[in-house]
Amino acid sequence: MNKTLTALLAATVLAGPAFAEGAKIGFVTTLTTGAAVIGNDTKNAVDLAIAHLGGMAGDTPLEVIFADDGFSPETGKQVTDKLVKQDDVDFVAGYLWSNVLLASRKSVVDADKFLISANAGPSQIAGVLCHENFFSTSWQNNQTPMAMGEVLNQLGVNSLYIMAPNYAAGKDMVAGVESTFDGEVLGTDLTKWGADAQLDFSAELAKARASGAEGLFIFYPGAASGAFFRQYDQLGMKDDLPVYSVFSVDALSLPRFQDAGFNAVMGSQFTQAWDPTLDNPANAKFVADYIETYGSYPSFYAAQAYDSINLIASAVAAVGGDMDDKDGLRAALEAADYESVRGDYTYGNNHFPIQNFYLREVVEDEEGRWTTKVVSTVFENHQDSFASQCKLP
Amino acid sequence: MDYALLLVQTLNGVQLGLLLFLVASGLTLVFGILDFVNLAHGALYMLGAFICAWLTLALGNFLIAMVIAVPVTAGAGYLIERTVARPLYARDHLDQVLATFGLILVIDTMVHLVFGPEGIAVPLPAWLNGQLDFGANVILPTYRLLIIGFGILTAFGLFWMVTYTKIGMLIRAGASNRTMVSALGIDIQTLFAFVFALGAALAGLAGMLISPITEASIGMGNNIIITAFVVIIVGGIGSMKGAFIGAMLIGLIDTLGRSFLDTIFALFMSPAAAETSAPAISAMLIYIIMAAVLAVRPQGLFPPKAR
Repeated sequence: MNKTLTALLAATVLAGPAFAEGAKIGFVTTLTTGAAVIGNDTKNAVDLAIAHLGGMAGDTPLEVIFADDGFSPETGKQVTDKLVKQDDVDFVAGYLWSNVLLASRKSVVDADKFLISANAGPSQIAGVLCHENFFSTSWQNNQTPMAMGEVLNQLGVNSLYIMAPNYAAGKDMVAGVESTFDGEVLGTDLTKWGADAQLDFSAELAKARASGAEGLFIFYPGAASGAFFRQYDQLGMKDDLPVYSVFSVDALSLPRFQDAGFNAVMGSQFTQAWDPTLDNPANAKFVADYIETYGSYPSFYAAQAYDSINLIASAVAAVGGDMDDKDGLRAALEAADYESVRGDYTYGNNHFPIQNFYLREVVEDEEGRWTTKVVSTVFENHQDSFASQCKLP
Repeated sequence: MDYALLLVQTLNGVQLGLLLFLVASGLTLVFGILDFVNLAHGALYMLGAFICAWLTLALGNFLIAMVIAVPVTAGAGYLIERTVARPLYARDHLDQVLATFGLILVIDTMVHLVFGPEGIAVPLPAWLNGQLDFGANVILPTYRLLIIGFGILTAFGLFWMVTYTKIGMLIRAGASNRTMVSALGIDIQTLFAFVFALGAALAGLAGMLISPITEASIGMGNNIIITAFVVIIVGGIGSMKGAFIGAMLIGLIDTLGRSFLDTIFALFMSPAAAETSAPAISAMLIYIIMAAVLAVRPQGLFPPKAR
């Protein structure tokens, strides 16, 4: 009974006017809980991208529907289902969290919609679970920590202690840094993550210190990084155990660190595929307009969300707004023929970008705001290591 | 065996246990005496943290902010007792759970609207922000020692109040037999309001103490409320002594589990398997303890007499 009803409803929706109404994009991000800081930043970037496009992809109007994943895979899947079935969107984009993306993936690709990750890049989706309708405008999780591992080798760090949250991305980050780091890993702690994430790291920090490692590698995105650096500072560990991080220091945390007078973070280095100082016209326009509109530097989350909308718009324009032309859309997405804020890149067979990774450093800009600059290029045109497991040509 | 690490981790566990005690003591009072299930106890913990964090930024001193924020949180608790809790005392627990769950959403959203989603980092005075070096690799943050001090003082204060004062006598009497207390002419409504406000103040105090470590953030109460329920179930609902011993037990087991479980597991399984299974098991550890206690002593380890 229920199935018939759903089928009937779906049929009615599908039978509606085909492409007169334009392209619909569902954007799944986190708009509640403490992680809403990140979600709001991506929402701002999407709004800015739509404004820059004038709301149009070629001659086709774009419509964005935002949905809140509540920082949990269950809710993320529910809102994805709603976007796919009820709103009948053509693209589902966004996804900050790997566990949310993994839970939602099937709902999107089974409905023959396009799934565009603007942040999460779990190894599974890059490898065995890759799909022709999935595209990323970020990176595969392992790549950024792989670059950090390379930097650690160059710095001559011989031993490492690792701390990361216990979820899909955390495990990828650990595997990533371990795959390139030549020294010895003296211990790994995976801590509880999600809406009730562990924020008190006393036990783990004590273990890290007692391990005698030369460096501490961490991955704590969002609010957790503030808590981590606070406790690291309170323990006075800066001199005996320097921190090397990925995705933990960003344009969202830096103003807060600056307000709290947390000087330990000044000069700290981390790897990333994007930086506000990258020299290309699209990035210059994006960063300048973002600062003018929202009063602060955009984060990498914002940059990737901005790219995701522009990638979608380039594909919609390429097929002239005919949203039923799935093959045309896919070919246009694969071409990545748009002005990305990270500069030009190409897609691998698993539809993850083949792109550069940079070493970034925290500096003060001319107006005294804390931001980052590029120190060096760690990897050029780097492809993730899971692409070979993906069966797509 | 690394004894310095063991000592540091034990103190970390004691500190977590004392924080849990502050939350659980209020919860056990309200649950045991008022027979009221207050899921929103964690929201009061968060509210205390945010009020104190905001006052710290406004006044520039964490300790002064705390002195003001504790009575303010107690006041918020009193308001909630009058408006939400009181009409529900006679109803069954499910209604109370629904109402207080709603309250969590309301308070979370209110805090989101007033303070924004990003939470507040609470700056500490310089003399609290350092660390004490006891030699032999035993280094502890000064602030965590302060939490231990505060926790012990509060525990003693509560113990004294419950054991030696008239109000404490009424609280104990109320926990044993509410009907009899009101039949003897005690104004049970005022007593209930006092207990509720006291519980709110204790939860708020715990939130204030943790906020310089983890920052005041939305949903922080949800982390601790589940653990606090575990504590009072293990300790025996309504018992202050049970809450204290339960909290210390859970705090130590949780911290030591996170610290040493992977080392212990590595003795009989591959390091890789130990590394992945240890965090999962240590997250479950306190629930395993709770299940064990419930199986052997369903009333908890130290149930109040004559319930």
